[in-house]
This record gives sequence, C-alpha cells and structure tokens, in this order.
Amino acid sequence: MLGKLSWAAIPFNEPLPLLAGAAVCIVILAVLLTVTIKGWWPYLWREWITSVDHKRIGVMYVVLGLVMLLRGYSDAIMMRTQQAIAIGSAQGYLPPEHFDQIFSAHGTIMIFFVAMPLVIGLMNFAVPLQLGVRDVAFPVLNSVSFWLTATGALLINMSLVIGVFSRASWWGYPPLSELAFSPDVGVDYYLWSLQISGIGTLLTGVNFVTTILKLRAPGMTYMRMPVFCWTALSANLLIVAAFPVLTATFLMLLLDRYLGMHFFTNDAGGNQMMYVNLFWAWGHPEVYILVLPAFGIFSEVVAVFCGKGLFSYRSMVWATLGICILSFMVWLHHFFTMGAGADVNAFFGIMSSIIAVPTGVKVFNWLFTMFRGRIVFSTSMLFTVGFIITFVIGGLTGVLLAVPPVDFVVHNSAFLVAHFHNVIIGGVVFGALAGINYWFPKAFGFTLDERLGKASFWCWLIGFYLAFMPLYQLGLMGMTRRLQHIPDPSWQPLLLVAEAGAIVIFLGILCQIAQLFLSIRTRERRLDLTGDPWNGRTLEWSTSSPPPAYNFAVLPRVETIDAFWHMKRIGRPPVAPAYEAIEMPRNSPAGFITAFFATIMGFSLIWQIWWLALLGFLAAAIVVLIAGWRIEREDEIPAAEVAQMELAR
Amino acid sequence: MTVAAIDRAPAAVPAGLARGRGGGGPASKRVVVAYGFWIFILGDMVMFSALFAAFAVLRNSTAGGPTGAELFDLRNVFIETMCLLVSSYTCGLGALSAERRQPGRFLAFAVLTFVLGAAFLFIEVSEFARMVEKGAGPSRSAFLSAFFTLVGTHGVHVAGGMIALIYLVAQVLAYGLPAAVLRRLLCWSLFWHALDIVWVGVFTLVYLMGDWH
Amino acid sequence: MRGTALLHGRRRSRLLLWPAVGAAIVLASCQRAGILNPQGPIASAERLLLINSTAIMLVVVIPVIVATLVFAWWYRSSNTHATRSLDESYEGRVEFVVWSIPALTVILLGGVIWIGSHQLDPRAPIHASSDPLRVDVVALDWKWLFIYPDQGVAAVNQLVIPAGTPVQFRLTSATVMNSFFVPQLGSQIYTMGGMTTHLNFLADKPGEYPGFSANYSGDGFSEMRFVVKSVPAGDFNTWVEQARGTGSALDEAGYAELAKPSKAVPPATYRSVDPKLFERIIDQTAAGPAKAGIGGASSPPPGAAGG
Repeated sequence: MLGKLSWAAIPFNEPLPLLAGAAVCIVILAVLLTVTIKGWWPYLWREWITSVDHKRIGVMYVVLGLVMLLRGYSDAIMMRTQQAIAIGSAQGYLPPEHFDQIFSAHGTIMIFFVAMPLVIGLMNFAVPLQLGVRDVAFPVLNSVSFWLTATGALLINMSLVIGVFSRASWWGYPPLSELAFSPDVGVDYYLWSLQISGIGTLLTGVNFVTTILKLRAPGMTYMRMPVFCWTALSANLLIVAAFPVLTATFLMLLLDRYLGMHFFTNDAGGNQMMYVNLFWAWGHPEVYILVLPAFGIFSEVVAVFCGKGLFSYRSMVWATLGICILSFMVWLHHFFTMGAGADVNAFFGIMSSIIAVPTGVKVFNWLFTMFRGRIVFSTSMLFTVGFIITFVIGGLTGVLLAVPPVDFVVHNSAFLVAHFHNVIIGGVVFGALAGINYWFPKAFGFTLDERLGKASFWCWLIGFYLAFMPLYQLGLMGMTRRLQHIPDPSWQPLLLVAEAGAIVIFLGILCQIAQLFLSIRTRERRLDLTGDPWNGRTLEWSTSSPPPAYNFAVLPRVETIDAFWHMKRIGRPPVAPAYEAIEMPRNSPAGFITAFFATIMGFSLIWQIWWLALLGFLAAAIVVLIAGWRIEREDEIPAAEVAQMELAR
Repeated sequence: MTVAAIDRAPAAVPAGLARGRGGGGPASKRVVVAYGFWIFILGDMVMFSALFAAFAVLRNSTAGGPTGAELFDLRNVFIETMCLLVSSYTCGLGALSAERRQPGRFLAFAVLTFVLGAAFLFIEVSEFARMVEKGAGPSRSAFLSAFFTLVGTHGVHVAGGMIALIYLVAQVLAYGLPAAVLRRLLCWSLFWHALDIVWVGVFTLVYLMGDWH
Repeated sequence: MRGTALLHGRRRSRLLLWPAVGAAIVLASCQRAGILNPQGPIASAERLLLINSTAIMLVVVIPVIVATLVFAWWYRSSNTHATRSLDESYEGRVEFVVWSIPALTVILLGGVIWIGSHQLDPRAPIHASSDPLRVDVVALDWKWLFIYPDQGVAAVNQLVIPAGTPVQFRLTSATVMNSFFVPQLGSQIYTMGGMTTHLNFLADKPGEYPGFSANYSGDGFSEMRFVVKSVPAGDFNTWVEQARGTGSALDEAGYAELAKPSKAVPPATYRSVDPKLFERIIDQTAAGPAKAGIGGASSPPPGAAGG
C-alpha cells in the first residue's frame, strides 16, 4: 500500500540527521505559521506564487538559491570538521554511511539548487529588462520552470528526514549507483529530484533562447544587445543542448534500477564507461551554463563602475560564442584516467586548453576596461576584482589538469577539489553576489548597505583562500577526495587551516544575512528614486525601481550598444509619448499546482508507491491540460491607466 | 480589444533603425510560439541522440542472448513505418485544412492521423509483447535494454502525441479555429513530423542495420 | 577615502604574504610522500610536466594578477593623477595582443600535451635492463588484491616489487569503479568490472610508498589503502619464497571469502593462486553478482580479514 515506505524511514535512532531534520521542519513550520497569522497568504498567492512576471520569478529563484546555500554550506562545514578531526586513530563524528551522504548531497545541492537557481534567477530578472521588452516569450512556462526546480529542492531535502540520500557522489557513477550496490532509496531521491528539476531547467532554456532571439526592443540588433544577454543566450543554448543528455542518462539509470535493465550494470553487457561519457557530455557544458552568465554580470559591472564602455564588445561576443561551442568538445578531460589511449586523451587535452583562449581574451578585455577608467569600488566592483584574480588562478590549475599526464597524478585529489571550487566560487558565486548587489535596487527600490556588502566580500575572499589553497597543497601531498578518514597526521595543519577558511566564509554569509536585514530596516535612507543608482549603461536602468509590471510603457527605440547611456548623453526630451493599451499575461497557478503534484509523483516513485505516483502524474497532466484550455490568457491595461502609472513615477 | 488584436503584427519600425541583423523589434506571437516549439523539439532530438548513442554502443552487447537479426520482423516494421509516414501526410493535409479555416476537413484528417498512429502503436506493442514472451525482454541484455528504451521512448512520444491530438480536436470543437488554436495545431504538426524523422533514424539504424555481425 | 586606503594596505600585505607562504609549503612537501617527491621515472616525468606547465602559465598569470591590482588601485576614482579615457572602448593593436597571448600560450601547451600524453601513456611498457614483472590487480570491496601470475603467489593490501624493475599491471575491479594510484611511482588508472586496464611503472630504489584508491567506491573507501614495498632484486625472490611457504591458498573458497565486503584489511599473502584467476574474476563480474556471489553495499564490522 505504501511501497517501501515505513516508519523505519525516519532516522529515530540516529541523532544527527534526526536533529537536523527536526530543526529544518521547525523552521519551515515557524515560517508557515508566521505567514498564516499575519494573513500574508492572499498577498503571497496573488503577487508571488501565481506570478508569471519574470521579475518576481527571478527574485524567487535567487531566494531559493540563497536558502539552499545554507543547506549546502552546512554539509560543507560538516565535511571540513570531520576531515579536520578524523586523523590517525580518531574516527571523527561522522561514520562513512553519513559522510558519504553528506558529500553527495553537498555537490548535488550546490550545483543544481544553489548555483543554477542563482544564475537563472538573475537572468530571469535582468534579461527582459535589458532587451527592452515586457517579459519572456512564455511567462506561464517560466513559472512552471521555477516551481519544478523548487520541487527538486524539496525532494532532496525530504531525504534528510524520510529515508536516506544517495551515497554515490553527485555524479552517481554506476555500478555503485546501481541497485546491486545501492539498494536503498538514496540514489532514487537523487535521480527523481534531478529529473523533475531538469524539466524545469530545459523549459527555461527554451524560454530564454526564444526570448533573446525573437523578442528584443526595436532597433536592438544582435550586436547592440548587452553582453549579459549574449552570455545568457549562450548559457541557455547550452541548457537546450546539454540537459536532455542528462535526462536520457538518468532515464537509463532509472530503468536499470526500476525495471532491471542493463545499461550500466556489470553484467549482461552493461557499460559503465558509457555513463561516464554521457554524464560528462552534460557535465562540462553545465559548468559553462553556470559561469557564462557570471562572466556577463562582471562585464556589466566593470563597465558601469569604471565609467567606461566594455573594451572590445565585439571580441567579447565572439569569445562567448567560442566558449559556448568549445564547451561541447572537452568532456573527456573529466576522465583522462579511464584509459582512453594517448591520441584521444591528447585531443581532449588540447581542446580543453583551447578554451583558455577565449576566456583569457575576456580577462584582458575586463582589464582594459579598467585601464584609464574611473573605478568606483562598490561591493559589486570588489567582487569583480576579486573574481579576476581568483578565477585566473583557478584557470591556471584547470589548464594544468588539462595536461593528461599531470591529470594522472592529481585526478580526483584534493587538488581537483580546490580547482573546481576555485572557479565556481571565484566565478559563479562571486558573480551571483555581484549581480545581486548590482540589481537589488532595481528589484526592490533601495540599495543594499555597502559596508556590510564589502565586509561580506572580504570574508568570502579571505575565507575562500584559507579554505581552498591548503587543498591544492594536500592534493600534491597525495590526499584523494571524499575521504571520511585521514590516514596521514601530517595533513592535519592544512586541514585545520581549511576549516578556519570555511568558518570565515560562514562569517561572509552572516554578513550577507545581516546586510539584507539591515538594508530592509533602514531602506528609507537608501531609496533609489531615479531608477539609475549606479549611472548605468543598459536599458534596465531607464525604468523605475522597481519597474512597473509591464517594464516599459513604450518599448524603447535602440540605436547603439549601451542604449541607455546613449539616451542619457543625447538627452532624450521628456515628451510624453502616446500610450497604447498594454497586454499583460494573467497570473497562473498552473506552475505551482503542477509542481505540487510533481512532488507527490516524485516522492511516490522514490518509495515505489505506484498508485500514488500514477495519481500524481495524472493530476499534474490534468493541470497542464486545464491550463492549456484557455484561449485568452492576457489582461489588458488600458492606455489611460498606463499614462497614469507613468506620470506617477 | 478583440482576440485578433493579440496576434497583430508589431508596430512599424521607423526606417533609421536597422531592420536586418535582428533590429526589427519583437516578433509576432505566431513566430515566437513556433520558434520556441522548434527549440523544444531540438532539445527532444538531443535526448533521442543520447538514446541513439547508447544503442550504438550497446548494439553488440547481447550477453549470449538473442540478437536483432534473430528477433526483428522486418515486414511488421515496414507496415509500421508506412503507417507513420502516411500519418505525417494526413497530418500535413489536416494542417492545410486548418490554415484555410475548414474545421470539418481538418477533423477528418485528424481522425485519419489518429487511426494511423494507433495502428503504428498497436503493431509496436504487439512486437514488444512477442519479444518479451520469447524471453527477449529489456532486462535480458544491454542490447535489448537499449532497443526497448530507444524504440519505446519514441512510442511513448507517439502515444503522447495522440493524446494531445484528442485534446486539440476538443479545442477545435469548442473554439473553432482562432489564431491561438492554429498556433497550437502548428506546434502539434511540428511535433508529429519530428517523430517521423526520429522514426526514420530508428528504422534505419536499429532495424535495417540490425545484422551488425 | 578611508575605504580605498584600507584596500590598498590589505592588498599589499596579502600580495607579499601568499608567495612566501606558498613557497614554504611547497618546499616542505618536497620531503613528503606525494607527487612532488617522485621515486620512479614515470612520476618524475609527470612532476616535471606539472612544474613546466605551471611555469609557462605563470608567465601570463602573474602579470595579469599584478596588472589587475595595479589598475584597480591606480585608476580608483579618488586618484587625481591618473589619466582617464572614458570614451575609448576599442583599439586594434591591443585586440591583437589580447588574442595572441593566450593563443601562443595554448599552442605551446598543446605541444606539451601531445608529446607528454604519448610519452606517458599508461599502456606504454617501460624499457629497462631487467624483464618486466607482471602483476594483476583486482579492486575489491574495500581492499586490493595483487596476483603475481608468474610467481604463483598473491597478496592483499601490499605490493612487493623489485627496485629498478618495470612492473606491468593488468587491472580490474570485482565490484565498482576504483582507481589504482601510487603517487610517488606513477599514474593512476581506473579499475572497472568486467574490463581490463593497463599500467606500467618502475621504482628507482628500495623504499615504501603509499598507495590507495583514488575513485570513491562506497563506505569502506577511506580504508582502501595499501603499501608498495620496493626491495632489492634478491630480496624480492626471498619474499616470493616466503610467501609460498606461509598463508593459505587463494583457491575458490579462499577467494569467495576474500570477496566479501570488508574494510581496513591488514596486509597478507597467499601461498598459491591460479594464474588465470584474473581472467576468471573478469568473467565472473561480467556474468553477474548472483553468479559471482558478491554484492551488497552495506558495511560489515571493520577488521574482517581476508586470508
């Protein structure tokens, strides 16, 4: 009746996950209770949950990402602590069964539910505004995408309380992830959570490729688009081209586990090497999906805070497209040690170092933008400078790893862990934080507190170096990754430094939380009344902060790159244009309700409660059919009302 | 404002602004919807490519079990293929009827398309059942896992398309053929034709080239 | 104002601190058991490649980092001495240099990659004065089995080899994917069920070198460590004789016992082993867990010995 689910799924006899799970449940209940008591549900439902406005959806994505950052970070500090104390004869406090779940969850959550939502959220918020249009191509689909991602995040977190999570790492390599070696529900939580959120991500890719290529303000040719939109286009093309591969791969592993098929098993002809190839054929483009929008954010920030146009826009565009295409030709560098032979290894090694060329070009372009500019060190600009230095070091170690014989001795070691955290934190996290500080006033009408922002930057920067530079060294000393127990006591000093770094990063996170609360409380002092707090260059700064639901009462006519900068320079006369009626899509609960049933379906599939899974699937399908039945999904804002709203701002 | 206003062409762009190289302003709803659906189909094709790749890798991993040459009944496969190809033709005729605002003819072609799709599925499911009965089910070997998954995923897409066709026929009966319904029919046709293309790939790579040895 | 001065001070001290700390750490690690302290020709060549590639890239990376810091500081808005050109956003000569520097670096590295990959291909046999020693390696849950097919003995979690003799490995796994790695002697290579991978390395002189699995394989992974003992050639033959005289036989029953999941297995030897055991294990693994009698990911109590 309830499949594999029973009371035994709740870890009553294991204090650590029980307490952690209980704490999370209490926090969630407290939040729900507060919202109920204060009567915020109608507002939340109307303005946020059923919203199809890209600005609202973008904010929700970022909130999801930041909340999940806390969960991912908790996993990190637990691992660091275990590795700092479980040395020699000491066993630490985390037995392997828990440690293995924790590092698997850490990677999965950080990539899929922190980095992706942050990057997708910022793209959601800024791209339509930068393109000078009212919303993305498919607003309801956008809402579906967000809520399906939230479903995935929810399912993973449920594994904390009900059942166990995967112990097969964030890759899920078979045969370890096959039923024979992972018979419990952990890998199923991993697979279903990512399959469901993967649908959401793919729909985002479709949405944004269509938006960027087919919906731009009049006059905005391809070479007049902001660089952030070019990077968003590349990232979303990568999503469309790479995520379906992950879907197919996980489908095959699910079929192995659920229907006894043999894609990747040891026996009956299964091929585990094929999983590795397919996974990384998705996996490498994935990291560029994360980092390209971050590059775009830095391009925007550096131009604005150096008071100068981005150096060589054209080569930035070509470099971005080059990275986009090349990212599909390097995947084998994730497994040089699988024994492919010298010719194959060398080919992929060379392709991997070729990617350093467009990346290097971007770095030089940023530097030359700073050269002879007038640099203002806002929080976002600090993150940019920190990024350039940090990312270049990460890029160096990356190209080192691209040399197969070098990789043979550092693959899967702490050196590798240091490298990818170097580029992800230095690139993606710093980019997201720069973007959040940059676009926050546009979204909410007041800037964030600069002092706490800068404090958080320094904590993140110093914390990152303290936490990860020792790992480079440890990798060279022979420490492999994913160790629950440390064999060599001489590694302990470095591991303690890494632990200290993790704590400093936590201080950075605390600064950010404090920054948020303080900024909200003292927002009257930092109101953005002009809509252009940074003397920006792109079109989003021509709207009010926050912009009206329709973004632009009249779509701007674009004549150059940096359209708003040009408008400011030639001084557009404040003539009240003739307002027309504006069509806006209606709110829709379809996204939320579909995701609700998708959660039920996912949970039931994990626990093999077949009847409930079928019901969940049918319900979700029916919601889609109902939502698709409507012919007219738009409301109209009459011209007079538009004129009134524009006058008021 | 009337329904027609929703699909009106974008306001004329002043000459001075670059029309070519993408400077024409936001595209019409019909273009946007079709384009977006094309991109979605592209993604679906990528997924099929991964399944094709898996089949190519595992085509000889029969683990001592039956091979394709031993199992496939090419006559049935030929009939299936004809059903699907003709259904694409009737789908095209249906699309033309819809564009010309002829709901009656459209419905007739929709029914034909549905029947042909159902015939395809019936034959495919029977083949699968026959193979499973012989002990050549998907859990017998990696080759069979890859076969059933690739061909089965295509079949699931065909079934999904047929359900969607029923749904869209219901919309035509309820609403007639306004612009919004036409857009959805256009998307459906794209989907159906894309499935046809995938089937040509399956037919060639899986069945015709079945004797790999 | 205060903010930027603070910036300047912190940046400067950090600039000087890191290279000093880095150098100290790197120097210290040269004495330890790691890849910076190679004890064989393969590992030495790999270390050389690591150092050379790093040096090539530092030529670009260090000026970039310095330029970033210098530009950030010099072009700060409060600096009245700095020249500003706020309208410039393109210059052809700069563009040419911007593309050339990374391109040239990458071309150079490309050559290094091609040559290095071929010279250090794990499959390539090592040419030395003595004949190679053949060792078959099997990754089990969670220990390493070393079979000496020519000597007819086997060992668990210890690998004794003669110094100066190339060792020719065939590797596989009886369970999940692992990676055989001895950092001071050579490259790592994955071990996969039902498949054979190949590796060659050589220990220059006698010594003890740690080895482990470099690919996570389950709950006992951290304990999956072994020791490589490189001994003078004569001592190797003595060891083989000793092994033939002690311990149990690695027959079917013995192997079935060894294959059961266990962690932190103490080193041991087997007096005899079927020279075809490696091939049989591959066939067994490809046939399926039901037939091979192995499987299950649960962790038994530690200390379960094998042999």
